[in-house]
Amino acid sequence: MNSPMRSPHKLLMRTRMLFLRNRAGDQLQAELQFHLDQQIAENIAAGMSAEEARRAALRLFGNPTALRDQARATWSWQWLESVLHDLRYGVRTLARTPGFSVLAILVMALGIGANVALFTVVHSVLLKPLPFKDQDRLVRIYEADAKGRFQDNIVAGGTFAAWQSQAHSFEQMAIKQWMHYDLAGANGQLPEAAPAHTVSWNFFSMLGVQPALGRSFTAGDDRPEANATVILSWGLWKRRYGADPGILGKTILLDARPFTVIGVLPAWFTYPDAKIQLWTPLYHEKSAQVMQMHEAHNFDVIAKLKPGVTIQQANAELNTIQAAIRLQHPTGPINDAANIRPILDAEVYDLKAGLYTLLAATGCLLLIACLNVANLLVARAATRRRETAIRTALGGSRARLIREQVIESLILSIAGGALGFLFASEILQWLIHSRQDIPRVESIHIDAIVILFATGVMLFCGLLAGLVPALSTNDRQILSTLHESSRSHSGGRAGIRLRRILLALQVGLTVVLLIGAGLLIASYRHLRSVDIGCATHDILTMRLDLPKGKYRKPDQIAAFYEQFLERARSVPGVQAAGLISVLPGEGRGRDDTFDIREHPPLPKGENLDATTRFVDPGYFSAMRIPLLQGRFFQPNERLDQAQSIIVNREFVAEVFPNEEPLGKHIVGGPGDSTKTFEIVGVVGDTLDEVSGKPYPAIFYALAIGLERDASLVVRTSSGHDPLQLALPIQHQLASIDPDLPVTHVLTMDQFLGTTTIDASFDATLLLAFAVLSLLLAAVGLFGVLSYVVAQRTTEIGIRIALGAQREQVMRLMLRDGLRPAIFGLVLGLVASAGVGRLIQSLLYGTPPTDPLVFLVVSVTLLVVATVACAIPAWRASRLDPITALRME
Amino acid sequence: MGKPSDLVQGTLDLLILKTLSIEARHGWAIAKRIQQISGEVLQVQQGSLYPALHRLEQQGWIKAKWAESETGRQAKFYSLTAAGRKQLESEYANWARLSEAINLIMQEA
Repeated sequence: MNSPMRSPHKLLMRTRMLFLRNRAGDQLQAELQFHLDQQIAENIAAGMSAEEARRAALRLFGNPTALRDQARATWSWQWLESVLHDLRYGVRTLARTPGFSVLAILVMALGIGANVALFTVVHSVLLKPLPFKDQDRLVRIYEADAKGRFQDNIVAGGTFAAWQSQAHSFEQMAIKQWMHYDLAGANGQLPEAAPAHTVSWNFFSMLGVQPALGRSFTAGDDRPEANATVILSWGLWKRRYGADPGILGKTILLDARPFTVIGVLPAWFTYPDAKIQLWTPLYHEKSAQVMQMHEAHNFDVIAKLKPGVTIQQANAELNTIQAAIRLQHPTGPINDAANIRPILDAEVYDLKAGLYTLLAATGCLLLIACLNVANLLVARAATRRRETAIRTALGGSRARLIREQVIESLILSIAGGALGFLFASEILQWLIHSRQDIPRVESIHIDAIVILFATGVMLFCGLLAGLVPALSTNDRQILSTLHESSRSHSGGRAGIRLRRILLALQVGLTVVLLIGAGLLIASYRHLRSVDIGCATHDILTMRLDLPKGKYRKPDQIAAFYEQFLERARSVPGVQAAGLISVLPGEGRGRDDTFDIREHPPLPKGENLDATTRFVDPGYFSAMRIPLLQGRFFQPNERLDQAQSIIVNREFVAEVFPNEEPLGKHIVGGPGDSTKTFEIVGVVGDTLDEVSGKPYPAIFYALAIGLERDASLVVRTSSGHDPLQLALPIQHQLASIDPDLPVTHVLTMDQFLGTTTIDASFDATLLLAFAVLSLLLAAVGLFGVLSYVVAQRTTEIGIRIALGAQREQVMRLMLRDGLRPAIFGLVLGLVASAGVGRLIQSLLYGTPPTDPLVFLVVSVTLLVVATVACAIPAWRASRLDPITALRME
Repeated sequence: MGKPSDLVQGTLDLLILKTLSIEARHGWAIAKRIQQISGEVLQVQQGSLYPALHRLEQQGWIKAKWAESETGRQAKFYSLTAAGRKQLESEYANWARLSEAINLIMQEA
């Protein structure tokens, strides 16, 4: 039966029938006509008259149309023909009600667009594997606390060395540190502060990355005594060196030191993000002493597991090694455990909760959109019940009728999906532009999987929205429908019940979204209204990083800061200026351990620890940080004379709960752990992290000359735009050191905004989704009640004619419309109590069942629902009974 | 008057293939030929003939070509393909076996 040579022929035939079916139709017609004519000719030859011959031939021939259809049916595209027919019919029906169709398509477009956009982000950022060799075996390793208080401490050089020599679970380990270099300008280029990574030599080979040009680091480059080498990112090479391959072997100045360029990385390499411009060998850049310490936590560790070793096994081994290190060093900030995360997980850990919450929210929005369209379709199905019933009575099969409805809703969802796709790419453009802080943001783009997802979502929406109303119409109701349609007052009870259920679900989902958004907004407001302990208005900040090569000695550093501050204060409009190593809200940055000279030694294994800051004498007054006791620094406390420190209130509370802090001494501090400093002042607390609590802090004099990174803070008179001072101050800076770049020129408010951008982003987007779904729910409520009123016109007319008060009618209809809303509200509140707990990690200062949020959401929903129902209810109460009764 | 559709399924296909094994013919000629050879016993209904012809064409057993008929009009001529020739052989073998079997029963019983 099936000889293989026939298959291509069959395929050809089928294709021809598909594309040339109109021509084939004509040919069939001609063929049959020919047969008929032959018969007629034969009949005439047999002696019949022309008319007789024709009739006899036709009689013999049978029904030509049926014959044609039978022949066509063998052409094997019958199903397609009927689907095309349904499609045409669907488009025509939809075109007949353009208002409905446009509304439904827009609703679908919103839902699908938001989903596709969020899915693209989640897929690109959280799920897509990093493009490295054996990436499933690559891990990040952190130092951790055996009691589980913290899991993600960065690693000390000595600890890394111990792991590297003792652990057997790993093929290899690499170490890296984020830093920046001042890239000096050559040939009239401006200097720039280039973000960089310094890495152990095996970093690139472990990831399986080959430079696009030149060579990678070797073990020989990665030693203190080696010649300084650097690898450029593709972007830097193109931008700053005009993609000149001659750059290999040339020398560039980083922090005023010469480095030989040995390679250029490929364009696709953007790990950990696209901002990293330069790569240098770590053991060349760091002192051997730092790389042996267990106390100085500075580095990121990346490792490749041996094949077959699980993360749990490797982690257990490292825990043992780390616990042994702790035993050997019972004092000092040394951790007693380790923590391993898959590399991708480690990079995007902070984003996960927020992105998945947003994705879930768009999922809800999509479901609401589908329910809304389903709702609209149920309404249409109800108005077309008579047509459906007649078709069923005439023998239209139920499957065909259902298919027709599903095709109709598929047309809507595909049109909506196409529109939504455009919408999604717009959202993504905006998102990539506005959220450069997201790791891997450069990898966000629409790819085949996203398109597949979008198609899936489209089909899902079409089927869901189409099947719900299609399955709700029942064959057995035909007779009652045909009866019913003679009296219009009791129409479509089943349809209305279904629509009420859909509405209640929709309202419930909306409530969940509103409460989620409400909680995030409440938490963001808390975050932004936190008093971080210093002035935030009318403050300009900018960051300086003094290059090591040029500012080598403490007196050079101190002299630069003093000169710069003097010039900055001379700029008109500047009320006060100061310098600090790490701004409030910028993170903890640096902390050191110390002892109190006047206190007995602490038990083994315990140590005191405080945030370390360097400030100039004018910093506290410039930032309006209150002096609680003692004094600020004096201008003459510089270099070796800088022997005093200032501490904050939290420091006093923790270290000197019942003692006078002034005059006490600490032993330790920056640079030399045997040095002694005297406490001369106590200031108010400032927060290291906006969402954190105050830590004990020690402020050293910046003029001690040990710190090369500092931020300038400048206070202006109020009402004066602080940013206008930026340029004059930068001119002053250039007059001192024209090669010194400035970064992060921001007002303090802007600066704090960047540290809370995540929270504001999540809250804003979620609010947008929630408002959209509220709008959709309102449209749904309005539509259903309007429909109910239209259905019950006669009944209402009779009631009014019999003397019902208009207010009574209004109340009756309102109650009818609000019932699903209230049911949905209760449903949503219950669900929200659970959902709130799920997003707890995103909340700050807000309990997951914040009563205020629940109250505000309930009231908002009830008000919106009442307004949506009031219009049709009011219309019902205004009905003229005469007209209503005549409508029959 | 026997109707081919009353016969064992596939018989009409066999008759058409056999008719076309001699030369290419158009639909009307096929019907005529079957009628003549069978001594007017078998009359092929157009309602069966054309669907059968199109089905055979879809299967690739026969192919069609528009050509001038004996009266000078354009007509669709069907001819056997190589696959059709094989199909004819196997169907004829089937038919022979079947009719022989039926004959045996008729004679013995």
